[in-house]
Amino acid sequence: MEIVVCLKQIVDPEIPASEFRLDPVTKRQIRGSHALVISTYDENALEVALQLKEKQGGKVTAVTIGEEQATEALRKALAMGADSAVLISDPPLLEADDLGKARVLARAIRKLTTPDLILCGCESADWVSRIVGPFLAEELGLPCVTFGTRIEPRDGKIVVRRIVEDGYHLVEAALPAVVTIASDETNTPRLPKVRDIMAAVKKPITLLRMADLGIEPGSLKEMEGRIVLQDVAIPVREARCEFIEGDTPEEQAERLVLRLKELKVI
Amino acid sequence: MATILVIAPAYEGHVGRTSLELLGGARRIGEARGMEVVAALLGKGAGAAASQMWQYGVKRVYVADHPSILLGELEAFYLASLEACRAANPGVVLLLADSVGREVGPRLAHRLGGGIVTECIDVQAGQDGEVTFLRPVYGGKAIATYRLVNFPVVVTVKPHTMEVPAEMPVSGETIPLELSMDPEGLKTRVLEVVSEEVTGVKLEDAPVVVGGGRGIGGPEGFQLLGELARLLKGAVGASRPPADAGWVPPTWQIGQTGKTIRPDLYIAVGISGATQHIAGVSGAKVVVAINKDPEAPIFKVAHLGVVADYRKVIPPLIQKIKEIVGT
Ligand SMILES: Cc1cc2nc3c(=O)[nH]c(=O)nc-3n(C[C@H](O)[C@H](O)[C@H](O)COP(=O)(O)OP(=O)(O)OC[C@H]3O[C@@H](n4cnc5c(N)ncnc54)[C@H](O)[C@@H]3O)c2cc1C
Ligand SMILES: Nc1ncnc2c1ncn2[C@@H]1O[C@H](COP(=O)(O)O)[C@@H](O)[C@H]1O
Repeated sequence: MEIVVCLKQIVDPEIPASEFRLDPVTKRQIRGSHALVISTYDENALEVALQLKEKQGGKVTAVTIGEEQATEALRKALAMGADSAVLISDPPLLEADDLGKARVLARAIRKLTTPDLILCGCESADWVSRIVGPFLAEELGLPCVTFGTRIEPRDGKIVVRRIVEDGYHLVEAALPAVVTIASDETNTPRLPKVRDIMAAVKKPITLLRMADLGIEPGSLKEMEGRIVLQDVAIPVREARCEFIEGDTPEEQAERLVLRLKELKVI
Repeated sequence: MATILVIAPAYEGHVGRTSLELLGGARRIGEARGMEVVAALLGKGAGAAASQMWQYGVKRVYVADHPSILLGELEAFYLASLEACRAANPGVVLLLADSVGREVGPRLAHRLGGGIVTECIDVQAGQDGEVTFLRPVYGGKAIATYRLVNFPVVVTVKPHTMEVPAEMPVSGETIPLELSMDPEGLKTRVLEVVSEEVTGVKLEDAPVVVGGGRGIGGPEGFQLLGELARLLKGAVGASRPPADAGWVPPTWQIGQTGKTIRPDLYIAVGISGATQHIAGVSGAKVVVAINKDPEAPIFKVAHLGVVADYRKVIPPLIQKIKEIVGT
């Protein structure tokens, strides 16, 4: 199976809120000294791809739109077990909206391979839009399943376990298809071993520019004709915690119950 | 004249309460822009729900009552949504950001030209007709404001973030949508629907929720939380690590990727208070945090805090509730 995994490099999304800073001009996060990582669910998507490859044979390609430093994210993907990687990088791409990104990814994927399966994260851990995956499916005219956690190949098709509010659905999709991946206990991303990290250095990373894809910079920001990002702000949290003290847990428990009764919530 | 279109599933004539919340946002935009709010109900047997929309002042209700639009059949739902857009000529399309809307919304927006705001938590409409949409970004560490510039746009709204509007009954009409859908030609198909059994109250409706985090240490600890929740006639939820580890089902996860809840009381146990978790509980009236680390960020958002090992404090808590409140 030929599998493409779309991944994004972002600033560590798990830093505490107190260390989060915004650039007032660009309205984007200031990286500061924080680490760059592969967006959380994109690693789960890669894990799903690698498990499918182990079962079925085939090839896994990691693709990202990013700056030069995104090479590090691709190296990690290669160390985890991807066979090849593609960096799509050009200054105008930094400004691309989700539609622009989906178009660029679609072009790059078509140019490089004929995949059976394209995986995305269910949401990017920084911008959390949940848009790029379904947009990519529409760009490519392919079936789309979102929030899948497990994929079983069956009779030339796939069966995806899609997480829903009260359980899950098993959804059959014809191939090729686009699936966005959420986490569960079966797709916890593997940790590359030192040997894998060494081997990854020798694997190929292809660099693509916009000219290679025949995309005009003007077509990267079309969503702004409809919806404009006006502001990004850090919300103020005003809650002040009242600590329930006590010499023993029993005492704390009793005081808590009395306080909750006073507040009329129990 | 462009409309504000609310699209909702209505399998067997049942419209979920969260779908009615969309009408609140829709009405606000409609009033600011002088536009009519219309609804599209999609699903096998959807027609029976039209009167529910009339109850909330929606006169025109498009109905796609088709045997292929079944629970989880999102390809059919998507095709019916497109048909509804063709008929209703919407300026703004509202869908829930649930398992249906998060898949169908972006696909629909792509087809309509790309305008979309997902995971919206508030709609603001000014006197001057300016409409803005708010949504959390950066894992809830920031809020983005989007301004509506041109029609049409699709907006997906996070469940449990808007109020169901006041009723204002009208005598409405049902407009059937003609669908030429070949069930065999659908690109995806649901083979199996697996619903978890819920004993007691559902997490998203529970007035009291006890949430457990990584600090619970394993599936056994959740039994204790279950006991506490049952006593308070509530439900148990979790942060992401217990769900990822398989200690609890994924459907128990509360937060950005999981559920949004609005209980009167949320008791967070062994949860550090990451913004992605808090994103799901910010509507709770009272938040209690039980954590052994006094520096845990959860104490910055909780109203009441108990610094303790949960294993030591939950059993007496259960005991005291029985004594003081009764069962
Ligand atoms: C894209 C993305 C989406 C995410 N979505 C979600 C989401 O939907 N929901 C969610 O919850 N998280 C989500 N997360 C993860 C989130 O960032 C945090 O990693 C997660 O919430 C941490 O869970 P936790 O608080 O249970 O674990 P930890 O941060 O490890 O905290 C455990 C806490 O337990 C305390 N503790 C340990 N032992 C005890 C004890 N015996 N008694 C009392 N206290 C104890 C510790 O002091 C600590 O504070 C998401 C992250 C990303 C990047
Ligand atoms: N710059 C990018 N390069 C490659 N893939 C991306 C990029 N941005 C988003 N994606 C993919 O789209 C998914 C959803 O992103 P989003 O729509 O931002 O929530 C991510 O998890 C990735 O799989």
